[in-house]
Amino acid sequence: MDSHDQPVRYIEAITRRYASLGYAPYRWYVAEEPPAFAPLEKPLARSRLGLLTTSGCYVAGQVAYHYKDDTSIRRIPIDTAAERLRFAHITENYLESARRDPECLVPLAALRRLRDEGAIGSLAGEAISCMGGVYSQRRVREELIPQIEGVFKQQAVDVALLVPM
Amino acid sequence: MSLAARHLEGLGLPTLCLGSALDILESGTPPRAVFVDYPLGHSAGKPFDRADQDRVVRAALRAFDTIREPGAVVRLESRWQGDEGWRASAAATRGADTRMPRDTSPQYQNEDDRRLAEAAQQ
Repeated sequence: MDSHDQPVRYIEAITRRYASLGYAPYRWYVAEEPPAFAPLEKPLARSRLGLLTTSGCYVAGQVAYHYKDDTSIRRIPIDTAAERLRFAHITENYLESARRDPECLVPLAALRRLRDEGAIGSLAGEAISCMGGVYSQRRVREELIPQIEGVFKQQAVDVALLVPM
Repeated sequence: MSLAARHLEGLGLPTLCLGSALDILESGTPPRAVFVDYPLGHSAGKPFDRADQDRVVRAALRAFDTIREPGAVVRLESRWQGDEGWRASAAATRGADTRMPRDTSPQYQNEDDRRLAEAAQQ
């Protein structure tokens, strides 16, 4: 395996790219402590799964996200046809495929198939969606995360799958 | 994403992050993570490839059972179609800023969406 096969180091590349343009560095979250760890209480085949996508996905007919620290969420019915899924995200350049086939980024159909074959007990009725490009970590903590927590609690999910862009 | 995962896990909700930027996952250290080595924007598989999408999501969910160590990142066996040129462009340290202007109005994918949403609000 040579270096061309190695995972891309996005943080280093993007930091250097912005620096060369004279822009302030983007501050990715750096964890300073080990994460909490909650064991599954029952097998996935008997669990209710919730989905969070931070891709800026919305359903045609919903209000799209804006690009300046939009901390709002959308609820995407889990049975939504891929043809009705849209995207608005500050890094639009990564959405080229998803705008043609949303399922490569928001796996509603794959999750439905896994539920139908019994690998997942059940799915929350709606996926939670947000626009992941929020620059203020304070606003993520104070505005965005409480909404996500509230919906997952309301949905009584046992586990959550989080799919970033 | 990592912030949300860590918070939810702290409340007792087991989480799993499925992403395609290994260093960002490692930096944020969510409780459980699965890395799929595809260009950003394809966390759930190759476009128009249902078999690959099923394989990626199925393999990711398996990590709920297999990860025992907090912060572990499982690397999926996966390879993007032939062309590896995407790595060089993604890793470029020079080039234009590809972010969109930080506009505060809704950024609809198309004008039909705008009309639908505005009609629904009235």
